[in-house]
Amino acid sequence: MTSFALMVLGAPVSTQAPQTALAFARAAVQGGHRILRVFFFHDGVHCGNQMLVPPAGQQPIAEQWAAFAQQHNIDLVVCVASALKRGVLDAGEAKRYDKPAATLHPAFALSGLGQWIDACVNAERLLSFGP
Amino acid sequence: MTQKRILIVCRRPPYGESFAREALDVAMASAAFDQEIALLFLDAGVTLLTKNQQPETIGDKSLEKQFAALPLYDVNELYVDAGALQQYRLSQTDLSLPAQPLATGEITQLLERSDIVLNF
Repeated sequence: MTSFALMVLGAPVSTQAPQTALAFARAAVQGGHRILRVFFFHDGVHCGNQMLVPPAGQQPIAEQWAAFAQQHNIDLVVCVASALKRGVLDAGEAKRYDKPAATLHPAFALSGLGQWIDACVNAERLLSFGP
Repeated sequence: MTQKRILIVCRRPPYGESFAREALDVAMASAAFDQEIALLFLDAGVTLLTKNQQPETIGDKSLEKQFAALPLYDVNELYVDAGALQQYRLSQTDLSLPAQPLATGEITQLLERSDIVLNF
């Protein structure tokens, strides 16, 4: 068994990165490995945006990650600095910056890069998905 | 926290996209968590090291001073691909940061002695 930390840098829709990361994460768990944390950074933070409306027949990327994370008890962390700049806000941040809506899916948590460093230090391997 | 040796590879230009800024944030955060950090500048990433950057003309904020401040955060290991410097026709006097030029073989060794390699 190997423990992994994953970083998602690529945006959903315009890049394949989040879908590839999710496929890897599913395969890893199925293979008996452990995903310590998934950290969404740079344009990857859009994965946590619950406002995305995909074409008919496709499940929103946030929902896909949320279902996977819930099933396997995996931490989904969205970098707060990257997220705020890109309009991905939880209820607390929306209130703090006087914005009309919380856009972050509740299965994701906003936090800092310390969470990524912590995952890097504790995981045996790390992989990043992005441009 | 366990200490690991983290190598941050910067291979993108400082402006026009935000990877360089993200790399800088990761470097600062790693240093704040007492990790052993080294930075390697490759490809277009070598232009991050140049003096007299003027991104105000394109409505961006300069990264030059922020990268120059890395030694204040105890990030002192800075390396640059000697081949890329040549490719961009840059010499040490064009650089605002004292990055040590490495040949290809030395870059391989640097990668080998790092626990973690993060590419930006």
